[in-house]
Amino acid sequence: MWKYILKRVLLSVVILFFVAFIIYALMRCLPTSYIENMARQKSMQPGSKSFEEWMAQLAGAYNLDKDIIPGFFGWLGSMLRGDFGDSWKWTIPVVDEFNKTVWLSFVMGAVSFVLELIIAIPLGVIAATKQYSKTDYAISVIALAGISLPTFFFASLLKLVFSVKLGWFDLYGLVGRNYNQLNAWGQFLDKAHHLVLPIIVLVVVSMGSLMRYTRTNMLEVLNADYIRTARAKGLSERKVIYKHAFRNTLIPIVTIVGGSLPGLFAGALITETLFSIPGIGFASYQSMVAGDIPFSMFYLMFMAVLTLLGNLLADILYAVVDPRVRIS
Amino acid sequence: MSDKNDMNFEPTPVYPHSVPEKAARRHAEKITEDAVKNSSASSPNSDDPNGQYSLNDDRRVQVLSPGALVAKRFFRNRLAVTGMIILLAMFLFSFVGGLVSPYKQDQKFYRVDLQEKDYAGVQKNSDFVYTVADESLFKGPVQAQTLLNIMRGNESFEYNGSTYDLEKINDELYVITVGGKFVGLASKLTISAAGEAQNFSADFTRAALLAQANEEAEFTADGKTYKLDDEGSISEGGNEVAFVSEYSIRPLMSDVFLDKDFKTQLIEAVEKKDTSFVYTDKNGETFEYILSFDAPRNMWNVKQEKETRVFDSYSFPTKEHWLGTDRNGMDMLTRLMYGGRVSLIIGFIVVIIETVLGVIMGGISGYFGGWVDNLIMRIVDILYCIPSMPIIIILGAAMDAANVDPKIRMLYLMLILGILGWPSIARLVRGQILSLREQEFMTATESCGISVPKRIFKHLLPNVIPQLIVVMTMGLGSTIITEATLSFLGLGVRFPFASWGNIINDVNDTFVLTNYWFIWIPAGVLLLITVLAFNIVGDGLRDAFDPKMKR
Repeated sequence: MWKYILKRVLLSVVILFFVAFIIYALMRCLPTSYIENMARQKSMQPGSKSFEEWMAQLAGAYNLDKDIIPGFFGWLGSMLRGDFGDSWKWTIPVVDEFNKTVWLSFVMGAVSFVLELIIAIPLGVIAATKQYSKTDYAISVIALAGISLPTFFFASLLKLVFSVKLGWFDLYGLVGRNYNQLNAWGQFLDKAHHLVLPIIVLVVVSMGSLMRYTRTNMLEVLNADYIRTARAKGLSERKVIYKHAFRNTLIPIVTIVGGSLPGLFAGALITETLFSIPGIGFASYQSMVAGDIPFSMFYLMFMAVLTLLGNLLADILYAVVDPRVRIS
Repeated sequence: MSDKNDMNFEPTPVYPHSVPEKAARRHAEKITEDAVKNSSASSPNSDDPNGQYSLNDDRRVQVLSPGALVAKRFFRNRLAVTGMIILLAMFLFSFVGGLVSPYKQDQKFYRVDLQEKDYAGVQKNSDFVYTVADESLFKGPVQAQTLLNIMRGNESFEYNGSTYDLEKINDELYVITVGGKFVGLASKLTISAAGEAQNFSADFTRAALLAQANEEAEFTADGKTYKLDDEGSISEGGNEVAFVSEYSIRPLMSDVFLDKDFKTQLIEAVEKKDTSFVYTDKNGETFEYILSFDAPRNMWNVKQEKETRVFDSYSFPTKEHWLGTDRNGMDMLTRLMYGGRVSLIIGFIVVIIETVLGVIMGGISGYFGGWVDNLIMRIVDILYCIPSMPIIIILGAAMDAANVDPKIRMLYLMLILGILGWPSIARLVRGQILSLREQEFMTATESCGISVPKRIFKHLLPNVIPQLIVVMTMGLGSTIITEATLSFLGLGVRFPFASWGNIINDVNDTFVLTNYWFIWIPAGVLLLITVLAFNIVGDGLRDAFDPKMKR
């Protein structure tokens, strides 16, 4: 088992290396005027250095004066030493900006993830136990609609109904107008109030696939022989479903849920941007659009690490949860 | 009932009564298969005149090819058929709708709008206006002194060593002299040019104003003789050159000359306290002018109401424009049709790129195994790890910086989406092929000496096609969403091209979000039901291809 994990980790490192190289090469292949623009903008700021100096500094700082391969290793080296550089857009070290934003995203992601689990798994189980009933069709259509719903459209609809027509929530932002006058508890409530709509969007858009996944796996389990045995024993339907079937359905669900845990840190790029919630997704969107290469690079690498971590976690959990799976 | 039948393909111990049905069903299937074999050997019995009375197996059981069986199962699924109908309607809407629509996708509509433009200002001279004859002796401070002494009723004052004499003609006119020399006038009346704008000499002004004050009909100035009538009009040899009035009128618009008639009419309106009047100028153009009194500045503002052609933007649905018009005054319904075309075409091309790449890579990987498989799968792993949305956003921003042409931009977008999307299809194809190549029929192809490409593409891949079709259908839905999201963020399809995403883009303007539902809700609904239909059809196809794996 440990050997397997070690092997997977090593493989992940290799993959990460290539991903880093591709991302770096991509950034380098962007039109050079991009960097020049940045330097020009910086040199235009009052009291700033001249354009040539900025160009030289930027090129030097990001190893742009070297070829791609030596430049890549230079960048990789400084990154491994924990030096991610300073963000151009936020004018603070990349890590600081990351620290500032990621926790909000995590809270948002975690809350919506828990809600998603609470809603999607029971509905999936109900749909499977009542296969082909009206309930099943309704749940399936809801799940498919959730998958098909474009985030930005759903968010706009919610804004129109709840912010504009009903006036329950603010259109944008994390804090209200009189945030600074509130006490700590009031501030907490204010933030929570502003996070309601984004979390609804996240839950509705993402619960569909989990619902369908639960239903499929539950159906598979319900067709297994041991369920027939359980029924033949004369167990109550409740016991059959919730004690025998559901527990076995949990195996793949735990795997997939575990695998998506690292993703909670990834932030919700579109939703955060739509609601102007200052999380990692919104910050990275602004950085990317503004051409803030250091922060974008860091964010991309972070996302890649999260993906790899998620896959690794899912595989390990699979082996841990299901004793039938033995990894040699 | 139609849905219940599908259930029989699965062992369902929950409902024991269905078991006999299931057995019967299996039996029927078997016969069908036999019938397929028979029908391929012997021609169908339709050319046999007695065929309709025969009771052969192939008469009793409908002959169905595997494809037809799939189709039958598919059409039994009502939800999937609904999805199919929606998709068909969408295709008709997007591809035929554009031809039927009387408008073009970038045809702009205009409306005539009444716009009020500041035209002129009118001021009644309640203060003295000074006419300067000698600049060195009648400067600003002297003018102020003059006013002061007029108010005090003095007849002369001293300033800067000179003695100024004030000669009062009447309450509205004073002539200022220094030692008998005429230096200036203080008057509440002004002289305006009747023809082209021109400056009148101080002597002329003095003569004219004196004549006006003394109610003389004639005066001479600068060696010319002028006539002055009761209305204050000054003419020379029958031509009107100027007129005297207590109002000063100046144009506020550049390139505007206010002629006498206009001024007369304007003053009339001011005196009658009208709020508007109509005037036809020399060119025969008639405009309405609106007067408003600006109390703090003690003047009347004159606004010209002019009809201007503007973009018919954000107009509400009418008979001509069923869904109104967008920001640029383009017909919304037509934009939606063309937008659907773009969204669907991009979806299809991206999915085709994905599938071609995925099938080739997955096929090679699955068939050959070994280091080739390892290499390709690691590439797949790497591509899987690259976060696609941020990459596309960065590339979009870079294309913005490079000012890429919208058409070429669309091509790049398709390429990027296709290249980032193939790994999942490659994984699917590889997995399928790995299990298929161990089966007997593949051993048979090998022993028959069939070439490798033929074995892959003729014998292995056709067996993967069912799954491929399902994945492609679902992929179409998700690609359309991705494209729409990018276009919504302004990084995908760009104006002048329409796409459902960039139509909804207008929502970023909160005013549009709040007031113009017809701009973004139709596009969003179309997007939603199209993607939903693709997903439902994909689901239905999956069930139809593989009844045992009903998901």
